[in-house]
Amino acid sequence: MDNSQNIIARSATTTTPPQVRGHVDEVAKLIDVSKCIGCKACQVACMEWNDLRDDVGECHGTYDNPTDLTSESWTVMRFSEYETQEGNLEWLIRKDGCMHCAEPGCLTACPAPGAIVQYANGIVDFDSNHCIGCGYCITGCPFDIPRISPKDQKSYKCTLCSDRVNAGVEPACVKTCPTNCIEFGTKKDMLARAEKRVGDLKELGFRDAGIYDPAGVGGTHVMYVLHHANDPNRYSGLPKDPRISPLVGAWKGATKPIMSAIIGITAFAGVIHYMTKGPKEEPEEHVQEDAPPPHSLGYDATRPRGEDR
Amino acid sequence: MKMPRDRLIRYSPLDRANHWTMAMVFVLLALSGLAFFHPAFFFLSHTLGGPVWARILHPFLGVVLVLLFYAMAARHVRRNLLGENDVQWVRQIGDVLDNRDEKLPPIGKYNPGQKLVYWALVVSIAVLLISGVIMWRPWFAGYFPIPLIRFASLLHAVSAFVAIVTIVVHVYAAIWVKGSIRSMTRGWVTRAWARHHHGLWAREQEEAQHREQQP
Repeated sequence: MDNSQNIIARSATTTTPPQVRGHVDEVAKLIDVSKCIGCKACQVACMEWNDLRDDVGECHGTYDNPTDLTSESWTVMRFSEYETQEGNLEWLIRKDGCMHCAEPGCLTACPAPGAIVQYANGIVDFDSNHCIGCGYCITGCPFDIPRISPKDQKSYKCTLCSDRVNAGVEPACVKTCPTNCIEFGTKKDMLARAEKRVGDLKELGFRDAGIYDPAGVGGTHVMYVLHHANDPNRYSGLPKDPRISPLVGAWKGATKPIMSAIIGITAFAGVIHYMTKGPKEEPEEHVQEDAPPPHSLGYDATRPRGEDR
Repeated sequence: MKMPRDRLIRYSPLDRANHWTMAMVFVLLALSGLAFFHPAFFFLSHTLGGPVWARILHPFLGVVLVLLFYAMAARHVRRNLLGENDVQWVRQIGDVLDNRDEKLPPIGKYNPGQKLVYWALVVSIAVLLISGVIMWRPWFAGYFPIPLIRFASLLHAVSAFVAIVTIVVHVYAAIWVKGSIRSMTRGWVTRAWARHHHGLWAREQEEAQHREQQP
């Protein structure tokens, strides 16, 4: 972890995390899908900077290589061939990876204190040293991003090069991108740049061009410019309205304090009952003369049976 | 060993061994599970040797509990079906809680409260097993779609909550009703205890003994 003093959210933590250095601008990575040529230089730069060497996979008949994110491939170009209603083919290439949500589902779901943190600049970072390998981050993520490593059972994903950003330089993928499809700066600047680009695309005839900064997760710190923002799904399944699943919300939200309280109250009720009503004492072997009438028991419990005594 | 005349056997050595093995396994499961359930309980993960070991061991312990529990439960189904006087006993739950036992009707080997514990655990442990397998990393979760894992995670938490509350009630009942802990540690109860708390069962046992003694 590269910055331990401007953490605005920390997994499985109910107190305020250290955030004295809070006067930080929110950052964002802007991926202009309309400028991407699918060269995968960003994938290579990511591997190089982060010292990751994924296994060499196999060709599955598409340009996707590897075919999915892994614990050692934190970003992947996804190529989709989309046929429009007019019969034209569109080759849509999207750089997939962590979106760095303002409301991260992974962090909400994580049970290990401090294994996932969110910095004041918006970067959601995994502190793998505290990861316990439960995979709840995968369950919580609306974008299906984190991957557990088969080598160490820890979860990994894009860090937005938090180490580089902390030192004042842009993420490795941004630095290497030959078409300036990937840009990096404050979220405010990136939104302004995106809006300008969307205007250009509309002039070029892409009427549905727009910015992908989904409100359902509070906005993201990785944004896309899409030529078809009305249908993000055609970019290899980018969700139209991602949000933390209500099931995850219930699992990690209200149920936790309510059920914890009921368990405590049940145990406490037992203590109070014992103190006020007392135990059911062991019945006497020889029943007292003034015992209550025995007929309610269905047989005479006060009279010793002949065969017993 | 010959049982003294004023005692009745309530739990066999196998029942007792199984019960206390399950008790230990359940406590370890509940503590490690609570650790993942709420940050306030995270420190409990150290009962299994730290959070990573807790994550690794918890599901295996769960499988042990499932095997022990259903081996026991299968042998006691009949005794836990609705029996004579059970409905009346439930109607008089106020008398039960106020210790006015003399007003209660005689009931079988298990009272309706014990039967409720039985069925709550039969159901919740089954749900825990199924949802637990769906969540189990790294072995099984990868074979299930993420929306199903989300549903399983919620179900696992809710059914664990049901099981834990049930066991809290079960433990308190054992402390409350004197003589019942001894029945599970030593296996026997006094005839007076049996007649007082489980009149129908006591009569059944005594009649069976009586028949055995007849030539």
